[in-house]
Amino acid sequence: MAFGGKKPGGPGARGKGAAGADKQGGQRRGLFRRRKVCKFCADRIDDINYKDVKLLSGFVPERGKVLPRRISGTCAKHQRGLRVAILRARQLALLPYAAD
Amino acid sequence: MSARVYELIYIMVPDATEQAVADMQAQVEGIVQRMGGSIQSTDVWGRRKLAYDIGKHKDGFYVLQVIAGAGDLMKELDRRLKVTEGIIRHLVVRVDERQLVAERARTKRQTESARRRVARGLPPERQPGEGPQGDNDDDADVSYDGVDGEV
Repeated sequence: MAFGGKKPGGPGARGKGAAGADKQGGQRRGLFRRRKVCKFCADRIDDINYKDVKLLSGFVPERGKVLPRRISGTCAKHQRGLRVAILRARQLALLPYAAD
Repeated sequence: MSARVYELIYIMVPDATEQAVADMQAQVEGIVQRMGGSIQSTDVWGRRKLAYDIGKHKDGFYVLQVIAGAGDLMKELDRRLKVTEGIIRHLVVRVDERQLVAERARTKRQTESARRRVARGLPPERQPGEGPQGDNDDDADVSYDGVDGEV
């Protein structure tokens, strides 16, 4: 739903969908895009720790996959660290590999 | 060169007795001392639910130990833990480099901000009651919305 292209000029398919929504009456999602901020830059988390399940679980949706950058807004550097942390946490059964 | 710091986490079977946990810690300590390392801290997390089943277990008993020592020591520990019964999972992570990087990033950020503040004619430290308040929280909420939206 509301996660699609928050960036102006997101993927084409999204744009089409948004235009359709416009026609249907006033869901002008495009205008309310908020700037995405890398959580780790904003909160100044230098070391993404694999033991911090509370933090990591925010980047692991129900299915258990790593939340992509285009959605979370995490910067490249921190996404890399995040990925490693999630992989480690999975090994210790702190986070699921897959869930359904 | 042996000033490396590692984190060792192991998960014991959930029905491990206090005695078993203490024995395991003593065993680790024995190896560490024999190989010329030192245990910096031990943190027993206790029983936790596993995110997925390991074997037939749904819970595990977590123990975290921070160990300073050489790579050979950790290799030996790793080998021993693999064959130790009563341990269902373990992980060794080197942490000293990572901590150094984080430390460097923090000091760099501080000096950077102090420099910029001085350049603007402000005192180098942030004064109480200065800067955005509440704005930051809002930002955090925004990124969280995105997370929920995806699910």
